[in-house]
This record gives sequence, C-alpha cells and structure tokens, in this order.
Amino acid sequence: MSDVTATDITTTSAAALGEALRAGELSSVEVTRAYLDRIQAEDATIGAYLHVDAEAALRAAEQVDAARAKGEELGPLAGVPLALKDVVVTEGVPTTSGSKILEGWRPPYDATVAARLKAAGTVLLGKTNMDEFAMGSSTENSAYRVTRNPWDTDRIPGGSSGGSSAAVAAGLAPWAIGTDTGGSIRQPAAVTGLVGHKPTYGSVSRSGLIAFSSSLDQAGPMTRTVLDAALLHEAIGGHDPLDSTSIDAPVPVLAEAARRGAGGDLSGLRVGVVTELGGDGHTDGYEPGVLARVAEAVALLEGMGAEVRQVSCPAFDLALPAYYLIAPSEASSNLARFDGVRYGLRVGDDGSRDLDEVMALTREQGFGHEVKRRIILGTYALSSGYYDAYYGQAQKVRTLITRDFTSAWDDVDVLVSPTSPTVAWPIGARVDDPIAMYAADLCTLPASLAGIPAISVPCGLSEGLPVGFQIMAPALADDRCYRVAAALEAAQDAARGHALLDAIGGRA
Amino acid sequence: MTDTLVDLDEVLTRYEPVIGLETHVELGTASKMFCGCSTTFGAEPNTQTCPVCLGLPGSLPVVNADAIESTIRIGLALGCRIASWSRFARKNYFYPDIPKGFQTSQYDEPLCTAGHLDVEVDGETYRVEIERVHIEEDTGKNLHVGGATGRIHGADHSLVDYNRAGIPLVEIVTRPIPGTGARAPEVARAYVTELREILLALGVSEVRMEQGNLRSDVNTSLAPIGSLEWGTRTETKNVNSLRSVERAVRYEMRRQAAVLDAGERVVQETRHFHEDTGSTSEGRSKEEATDYRYFPEPDLVPIAPDEEWIEKLRAALPELPAARRARLQEEWGLSATEMAWIVNAGALGLVSETVAAGATPADARKWWLGELARRANDAGVELAELPVTPRQVAELAGLVQAGTVNDQLARQALDGVLAGEGDPAAVVESRGLAVMGESDELVAAVDAAIEGNPDVAEKVRGGKVQAIGALVGAVMKTTRGKADAATVKRMLEERLTGS
Repeated sequence: MSDVTATDITTTSAAALGEALRAGELSSVEVTRAYLDRIQAEDATIGAYLHVDAEAALRAAEQVDAARAKGEELGPLAGVPLALKDVVVTEGVPTTSGSKILEGWRPPYDATVAARLKAAGTVLLGKTNMDEFAMGSSTENSAYRVTRNPWDTDRIPGGSSGGSSAAVAAGLAPWAIGTDTGGSIRQPAAVTGLVGHKPTYGSVSRSGLIAFSSSLDQAGPMTRTVLDAALLHEAIGGHDPLDSTSIDAPVPVLAEAARRGAGGDLSGLRVGVVTELGGDGHTDGYEPGVLARVAEAVALLEGMGAEVRQVSCPAFDLALPAYYLIAPSEASSNLARFDGVRYGLRVGDDGSRDLDEVMALTREQGFGHEVKRRIILGTYALSSGYYDAYYGQAQKVRTLITRDFTSAWDDVDVLVSPTSPTVAWPIGARVDDPIAMYAADLCTLPASLAGIPAISVPCGLSEGLPVGFQIMAPALADDRCYRVAAALEAAQDAARGHALLDAIGGRA
Repeated sequence: MTDTLVDLDEVLTRYEPVIGLETHVELGTASKMFCGCSTTFGAEPNTQTCPVCLGLPGSLPVVNADAIESTIRIGLALGCRIASWSRFARKNYFYPDIPKGFQTSQYDEPLCTAGHLDVEVDGETYRVEIERVHIEEDTGKNLHVGGATGRIHGADHSLVDYNRAGIPLVEIVTRPIPGTGARAPEVARAYVTELREILLALGVSEVRMEQGNLRSDVNTSLAPIGSLEWGTRTETKNVNSLRSVERAVRYEMRRQAAVLDAGERVVQETRHFHEDTGSTSEGRSKEEATDYRYFPEPDLVPIAPDEEWIEKLRAALPELPAARRARLQEEWGLSATEMAWIVNAGALGLVSETVAAGATPADARKWWLGELARRANDAGVELAELPVTPRQVAELAGLVQAGTVNDQLARQALDGVLAGEGDPAAVVESRGLAVMGESDELVAAVDAAIEGNPDVAEKVRGGKVQAIGALVGAVMKTTRGKADAATVKRMLEERLTGS
C-alpha cells in the first residue's frame, strides 16, 4: 500500500489500515489527517458528528506513531482512528447523548468501552450524532442536527446510531461504536450497507454508556467488513468489574471465526428462517425488495452447505408491544437523574421558582418530544395499579420470547431474518407517526429482549439502497454470527466483484 | 399550632395503642454500598464522591459484599429467614439529595424476613415480630442556607452534600406491635435499645445516634378498647434518640386520643418530631403520597446467598445481648430486677465497661444508676452522652475504695470531671479533695470538738455512745467534709472512752 491515496485510506477496511500501520506503510497521523480532511469536506452535508477535535486526534495519532517508532509493542488496532456514538462517556470530551439537557457536559471519567479503545491505541476522531438518548430509528430525534444517509442524502441513516452509520458509510471514520437497545446498531448498519453487531447482553461493559434501557443496552461495532466488526468487538469485549451485569467469561475469539467463515464452508450448519419475521403470512410492512434480497442470501448460505429450515417463533409477534413497555419503563427511571441539580442544563433558577418548578422546567425544555413520550409511557407502565398489566405482562412476554429462542436452538444453530422491514426512508416521512417509526425495529427486537447476539450484514440493494440480513445466535455464541456473516459477505463480494459499500455514490 | 393532649393515664382508659417501628441503620462498612468511596463521617462536603454515588450519566452500581454479609448477620441475629434469592429495586422519586432520581433499595424481595426480638419492660417480656430486614443506600444531606431555623422554609438557597449518598443502610421493619398498653412508649424504646445492642454486638455499625447512624420511624395508632380493628396510624419520621422514641410514642398517643375524643379522624400521615418540645407536627399526608413506581433494579443481578455461607455466618455470630445479659447478671450476682434497671437505663455497656476498667459490679452499678443517672436526668441527656468515661468512673470508685475520698468528696470530684477538669485523681489533687489522714489538723479539730461541746462529751463518757454522732458532725464541719467519718469516730472514742 505504498501508493495509497487519501481516498484509498477512507475507503479501505480498518483491518487493512491496521496492517499498513503495522508494516510502516502508513503513519497514524497520515490516516487520521485523511479522515479529518474528509470530515472537514463532507460532514457539513452528512451531519454525522456532534463533536470533532482535530487537534486532540492528531496528538493521539502522533503519540502512536512515536511509540511505534520507538519499537514499542502495539496492539493490532493501534493508530487506527475511530468514532464513538455520543452515548459513550468520554473523559474531558463533550458527551450529550444527543440531548440538550447534557449540552456542554464534559464527563470526569471514561466509559469502559472508551478506556479499552484508548488503551488499544485507537485514535478518537469524534462523537457521532444519535437520536436523543438513543430513542429512535432515524436519528431525527437528535436535539442537534440532521444526519443524512450517504447512499441518498434525502434519506435517514437509521437510528439511533445514525451518526456512526453515516460516518462509516461516508468514509468519515473507518469504523465506529454504536449502541443497540432494540436494534440501534443493526438497523442503521442495515440501511447504510454496513456490518453491525449487537453482542450477547453482558458481554460488553455498559459502564459509561448513558443508560436508555439497562436490561437491553449493549455497545457494539459498526464497520465496513465482518472482520473489522470482529476485531473491534474483541477490543471492547470481556468482563468488567464496574458492570454487575457483565458476564465473567473470557473475551470470545471472534476475528478467527470471521476468517474461518470467509472460507465459505458452512456444511453442517443448521439455519432457521424465522417465519414471524417476514415469512409466509407475516409479510405485512415488509418491502418485497427486502424479502427478495433476504431470500437470495438464504439461498447463498444453502449453496455453501447450510441446512435451511423454517422456524416458527410465535411470541415474536408480541415483541414490539413488550419492548415498548420495558424500554420506556426503565428509561423513565434512568432519565430521572437529569433534574438540573448536579450537571447539564438548568432552567428557571432565577430565585422566583421553587425546586419542583426548576426541575420541571429543566426537563420540559431539556428533553425532546420522543424522550418525553417514552418517559410518560414508562411512568404510566410502572405506576401502582398498572404495573402488573403493563410492565409485569411485558416481562412475561419477554420470557416467552426467550423460550421460543431456546426451543429453536434445539433444531438450528442460527436464526436469520431481514434486519429491517424496509430500506432507508425519506427524511421526515415518519416523524409524525411514532408507530411507523417503531415498526423499523420489528425484526431486531426479539434478540434484544432475549439478550442474544445478532449481527446485520449487507445482502444487496433494493431500489439502489442497502438491505441488511440479520443472523441471530444463542447467548455467548457471537462467534457463530461472525462466521456466518463472513461467509455471506465473501460469497456476495465474489459474485459482485466488489464490496457493497464500493457502490455508494455510484463509485463502483 | 398547639395540639390538644389527653393525659396518658386517661388515654389508656379508653384506647389501646398499636405501635410499629422502621429503623434505618447506617452500616460501618469501609466503602459505600455501590462504589468504592469512603464512608468516614465528617469529611469536607462532597469529597467522598465518585461518578457512581453522584449518579453521573453512564455510571453503574456494584454491590458491596460486606454490606450484604452485615445484613444477613443482622437477619440471623433477629432470627429471620434468609432469602435464597433476593433482588434490589428502584424506588423512584425526585429530590436533590437523591442523585439518580431513584433510591436503590429492596421492595418485594428483601434479604431477610420473619424474625423476632424479645424485649423486656418492667419484668415483662414483649415479643416484637420482625417483618423484614433489607439493604438500601442512604441519601445525601441537604443544607438549607439563609433561614433562621435551618429548615427549608425561609431559606434562600440549599446546598447538597453527597458524602452520605450511597452509604449502606439497613432497614429493619417490625410488624405492628399490639398489646403493650400503658407500656407502649417504653416498649418502643426498649426495642430500639435492644436492637442497638444487637447491632453493637455484631459490630456492623457504630450506631451513633447523634450522627444519624440509627434513625427510627415510629408508627403509632389508637383504637377504642375492645375494637376489633386497629386505628389509623401516623408515622413519626427520623426519631434519632432512644428518649425521643419513647417521647414520640407518648406524644402521639396523647394527641391522637384528643383527636378521637373530639369525634375526629386521625389523618394517616408522616409527622416530624421536635426534640426541643417533645412534640410532633404534621408532614406529608399519605393521600398525596408519591407513587414510587418500584421495579427490579436492572443494573444489578439478584443476590443468591448459598446455604453454606449462611450457616457459616450463623455459626460465627457473637454472643448476643440477651445471652450476655444473662451471663453478666450471674457474674455480677444481681437479681433480674437489678439487671433490668441497668438495661433500662441504657447503662449495660457503661456498667460492663466500668467493671472491665476495674470497678466492682456493685460500685459500677451504683455510680451509673445513682449519681450519674441523676446528673443525666438533670441535664436532659442520655447517660452515654455525659462527658465521663467508664474508665473515669472506675477510677473514681477506686479512689473511694482506697479511702482517698469519701462519697461526698467523690461527688465533688465528679463535678470536676464533668466540667472537663481531667481524670478523677487529677481533680482530687487540683481541688484538694483527698480525705485527711490522722494529721495534726485533724487532731486539733477533734480536740476542738470535744472542748466546744462539753455536754455532749460528758454524755459519751457517761456511756451514751450514740451521742458521739454530734461530735463527728462537728469535726466534719470544721474540715469541710474532707475528714473520714470512721477515722474521726475512732479518734473521738479513743479520747472519750479510752477504747
């Protein structure tokens, strides 16, 4: 890669960048500068970032280069730049979670994810835009700016990790961290042609992720390739004593699974196609183009030796209402700390109002519509007299969904479905229709509620826009997701002659 | 507003009280409930905080295993069943001293349930059923600045100190306690006293009530005698001394009786206790109470203590106060009633420490229940709050035993100790309180007494031995009490009867 151009740098995989850095063909400063230049040129249009500190990024890059020059032992990601969703707390770097209520807050500590990536020598380019407090599927609920889909800038980049998806798809970051509560990594990855993986609940630390729904939130990679996702996942995964829900198990071997999967041999793998997610009798709301691409992907898996069968998971039909009770319930409590007392926005503290009024005004002006909607919904669902009928009932549905998965694992190794029923929709098309917005998560919610790993990998275009293919595996079997996704990616790239993302903006 | 009150004796002619107590105890763990911050009392405000106990966005709790162990030990000491599976819950409400907008507590799945504690009042034993013992976190402390009273009303701004936020707090809840009648206030006090003794014996808390380590919410209700239903209760919050617990119950009984006598309804509400007047005043009424929207804390995993661990903790429990009392009673050779006096005076620890410091049990008991109890009563404080240590009391008793001082001088020495003049021996020295030996001064005083009272002296010589008392008195008067009466008597006898 001695003749790499700036364009090459911003269109190549992070794994390849890491190789070139290790081989001394590129310096971290060169790579970082290439991304910063591109951010400078493109982000006014894309709107992926909320905060970029070019100087800090270059300083960090210089340090890695200096360490490498001194012959220090560096990890495989050292010197590779990266973007973090603004829900990840970063010491001294503004962190807003997409909300006005945290405008100007500079955290005094690092999230475990941020600390591990820092320790791995990655270079933080900036913090990416998101739906406020990760509530949304289009990033339109950001309190700060509109983020556009690089495939069609009149369309949404998905959400809530839409800043991260847009940044990676547009070449404004080689890879990024997103968080997924009900699909917020997988759906934006799907609609921008990226790989996005939601790890097993408890396998990546939540310490320092601004909580939306504690029993569902997980951070994960959003990348150009499956191998990149596996590498990034390995860097952030593993037990963390700061998170009580963190699983005390060794960091899984994922990159190896991706490399093995890319070999294309899936013989003996049992694949279940979930009937309730776009299958026969369940196609309402699914775009035909999406279903066609998914069917082609299933056929490709079969062609590589996988045994494919239909699997029915009846409780999945209840995932949407259950999720929209559990997540808002937890959110109503998680967001109670934003009261204007200790940090962030405070409104109306002019000596004329009492405590309750200042708290109420702060929350009224600091939170956006969707956040308020969910706080009200969750407050109601937890109220005495309603708890059993709403929150309690939703927890029972959650158990049923988990049981559907458990019995499916008797017969299959992975379950597959579309990642999202549709491709990216035009900006503004669903802002006044929350139910339509919520439907974007239809396919991603079951894995979230069951806490199992699920990956979205591109499976072609429909009407010129990317379609995502979801692969779900049993808890802690994240490696299966990577293996199958890598096989699919390799087979498609071979058939297509190039990576899907190369088709962006008509480049390929 | 002044409440109308009915005489307690009269209350009991018409009503039967039911009491109940919810007691919060700050555990003495080195670090907080969900983070590593120190729990030391009295540090500069907000210096013992971190992202977790400040509730900063993204921070997560991690359970302090020592706090769980302490809670289980308290449960075991109270004869509770220890849950094999227990969960934390979030209690949601807005207040500046609660950094997360919810308190991490336990709701329907507490760690310990169904225990009991026997307390004794006037020789009668009352069994207090324990409903539950659970663990939660303390709140921060609000400081209202600018008002005259330190209360929120009239203040112009408030400050919050989060050093206390997140300190492990155990809540011990009794079932309603019926059948205590006239002794309801004393039973309430005896319960908290006994509970405090248990906590001290377990070593789980310093239980310094003046630092708020132990605070009780006292529930009181009255029902007409013979009524099948209990009355409406009030909850007097944050009563933080033993004496106040008793006073709070007594006050509420007297107030509620007046309300009921007037044909009115007792309002179910929380009430504040006022140390200065011993009265309560209305707080929040339950009609407008917050819906706390409890739900299982998703940031924490359930606690599932295994049987083996529980049994290990049970086996390692220290001697509990009731057993210790029985043992000490025997060792000290006291009757049950004598022992009960010590316990009821809150003096067991003091007496036992005084004995440990070298005093005889009889002396230790005499000092604490006699002179010192009188002084505490006069000053309106608890015995333990008197500025005198058991070691000093033992020293004082020793001075009497050795004949260095007599009882009267010892009381004067105590004055000095309480006034902060130092240890008893030092006070005896500095105040010149030592008993006079057979000095020239005393000989002179004895001779002067005989000379000054020839009639009396003659009577004694004539065989009316009891008349000698007047002469002893005269000597004591001249020596301003510093002479030893027995010595004086002997000297007089030598001179008058030659014996």
